[in-house]
Amino acid sequence: MRTVLASFVAGTLFGLGLTVSRMIDPAKVLGFLDVTGDWDPSLALVMVGALTVMTIAYRLVARRAAPLLADSFKIPTRQDIDGRIVSGAVLFGVGWGLVGLCPGPAISGLALGRYEVALFVPAMLVGMAVQRYGPWRN
Amino acid sequence: MESFTPFSALLGGGLIGLAAAILLLLNGRVAGVSGIVGDLLRPAGNDLAWRIAFVAGLIAGPIAYQLATGDWLSVTIDANTPSLIVAGLLVGFGTSLGSGCTSGHGVCGIARLSLRSMTATVVFMLAGMITVYAVRHVVA
Repeated sequence: MRTVLASFVAGTLFGLGLTVSRMIDPAKVLGFLDVTGDWDPSLALVMVGALTVMTIAYRLVARRAAPLLADSFKIPTRQDIDGRIVSGAVLFGVGWGLVGLCPGPAISGLALGRYEVALFVPAMLVGMAVQRYGPWRN
Repeated sequence: MESFTPFSALLGGGLIGLAAAILLLLNGRVAGVSGIVGDLLRPAGNDLAWRIAFVAGLIAGPIAYQLATGDWLSVTIDANTPSLIVAGLLVGFGTSLGSGCTSGHGVCGIARLSLRSMTATVVFMLAGMITVYAVRHVVA
């Protein structure tokens, strides 16, 4: 139960961060991706802010044998760069550039009550399900 | 660069980093939204509750912000229905195939200095930039 509460708190802070930084607004994200237009570097500073906190936190937390509320850390260990990660990132980037939504802001964006987000999110879930259950599954 | 908002970007980014740090310290999990959401579709054991709670939090965040500040968010989404559906499919399929998105690779992976995540982040950012260039400056 405590892990569920911790998870809700983390999700809420994440959603607040997306809101405060305005990354919940696809126009803001597209402004960052539009490097040859009227470029808005804000997203780069969102990354700087998030990475500053998380890089320090990771160094500190990684010294622990286990997390506070669970038995073990579940952290990816793979180091190889294969065709899947590159082609997946290309497909994701194209979709991201088309509308300006990636998974975090898309889910948080459901709070805005916009039909565009309500169309995007089910399509995203279908995409995830097709990959996970189809012949391309990992 | 008149729309540049450096302070709110840094502050919001810091909150995202804090969220990822809390999830790691308390639950030992990576705050990658595509993985947290995607694995709801393929549940393994008693793994569902924390994922649902995280998703609920993601939605609660902007609602709490709006209630606390009275500042009703206005966002601009300039895409028609076919674009929204194609983009959603690509984002879902691509993040699933590539094992992560902006949060999982871009924040949590790079914080671990994972070469895999750094590669993915550079690739999806470049692909996004090329797509925006094509849509805004070539097609339009």
